[in-house]
Amino acid sequence: MAAPIGQPRVRLPAQVRAGEVIEIRTLISHVMETGQRRDQAGNVIPRDIIKRFEAKFEGQLVFAMDLAPAISANPYIAFQFRAERPGRFEFTWTNDAGESRSATQELRLA
Amino acid sequence: MKIGMVLAGLAAASLSAVVAFAEGERPPNRPIPDPQSGRHFATPDTLAIQDDDFLNPAFLWVEEGEQAWNRVEGTAGQSCASCHNDATESMRGVRARMPAYHPRLQRVVTLEQQVNICRTERMGAPALPIDSRPLNAITTYIALQSRGMPVNVDISGPARRFFDEGERFYNTRRGQLDMRCATCHEENYGRYLRADLLSQGMSNGFPTYRLKEQRVISLQFRLMGCVQDVRGQPPAMGSEEFTNLEFYLAWRAQGLPVESPAVRR
Amino acid sequence: MHTLKAPTRRGAMGLAAAAAAVALLPMPASAQLAPAVQAAVDRVRGNRTAQEGRITLRAPPIAENGNTVPITVSVESPMTAADHVTRVHVFATGNPTPEVAVFHLTPAMGRAQVDTRIRLGQTQDVVVLAEMQDGSLFQARTEVKVTIGGCGG
Repeated sequence: MAAPIGQPRVRLPAQVRAGEVIEIRTLISHVMETGQRRDQAGNVIPRDIIKRFEAKFEGQLVFAMDLAPAISANPYIAFQFRAERPGRFEFTWTNDAGESRSATQELRLA
Repeated sequence: MKIGMVLAGLAAASLSAVVAFAEGERPPNRPIPDPQSGRHFATPDTLAIQDDDFLNPAFLWVEEGEQAWNRVEGTAGQSCASCHNDATESMRGVRARMPAYHPRLQRVVTLEQQVNICRTERMGAPALPIDSRPLNAITTYIALQSRGMPVNVDISGPARRFFDEGERFYNTRRGQLDMRCATCHEENYGRYLRADLLSQGMSNGFPTYRLKEQRVISLQFRLMGCVQDVRGQPPAMGSEEFTNLEFYLAWRAQGLPVESPAVRR
Repeated sequence: MHTLKAPTRRGAMGLAAAAAAVALLPMPASAQLAPAVQAAVDRVRGNRTAQEGRITLRAPPIAENGNTVPITVSVESPMTAADHVTRVHVFATGNPTPEVAVFHLTPAMGRAQVDTRIRLGQTQDVVVLAEMQDGSLFQARTEVKVTIGGCGG
């Protein structure tokens, strides 16, 4: 059974002007089990990672990331975005089992 | 080695004499009167993660703890908030003065144990395992409410006996390496143990997000690691030995600001 | 017991701070890679030649613990529809598997920069390949020393 994908955290800057390039920061709770470790009985703990992150703005893919087991537990991902107009972000994290968790955030311009 | 043991024995004997004289009367002398937080021994990269509440992954635990605070559990139909209302007010300063003497139980209890006392006695909910994720989430959330406040535990009166037990554990050589806590954290802080810079072993940052474990850990989990590092057999987490040691360590860090949740290697 | 008596270097903190303040310069990208790493890099490269430059890879020169190493990758690019970075591949030369991450970039980002945290099992190089919209390829390589031993290992 896959480990739970925890509640994501997403942060956009508080004050954004049109045309400004902003940093969008994300963090999600996940063990990122590598598949290289063994339990106390000597059995390999199966790989279980977040393998895909996608960020969409108004339905358009703006950034994505393929993750390998070499990404630390509780993956932190930050990327840049040019804020031209207000709109809605949707962020999705998907694990090896194909389960996913999403978060949305409104971009407002000052 | 023999001479070392004799010297250690003498030191322990004179120490307990001092302790006996001072017991219940005046505060003992601190070996490090002007303590330094573990942050002074961390790299700037690690501190950058601690000092930004978004970069600090412990805030995933804080958020889980906040949700748990308001969640009804157990047969009494109560949550933490049912008794304690808004944690940002009611829990302010609690982490700074824990562990503390519990008059009815007539022993010292840690923050973790106090949460479980509330759960079992007030909420009719099962105790959470020490160092488990749900318990660490609640204690991290509670500890955050004291961030920046000076550690200020009360070792007077009936608490003193437990403090003395903790101090005794601290100063007892153990493990195949025959080391006491002070061997690293008083005699050698600021020096390297292989590639690691030794700190003073101050506890003011716990619960802490540990980069090695990639999760929030409780102080007693770290203490188990210390005892194992000197190749000793650690007592269990939540045991009287570790609880008294945690009490002594808190006093040792008296005056340092609570940094929970800190980030350490 | 001897482990405690031998090290007497003082001022270690200052040294660590000074080292960490300096972003590492890229190493020559030509140094030979292990076969598995080379194969992974070749899969991305195809028959293209990777050029030096354009990529800045920020990582701590000495990571206190290899399980959580913060990195920042940025690529010089106007990030317009006509001229932008499409993909950035991150490899580690000394991990059990070389792949670390692939970033998929679009012009909507405005700036080609991504931050994440990675696991490095030992002291090794991080290799970055950046693919441009016109098919050109850039490469950078940086060593990260990973602290092992003592109580943190």
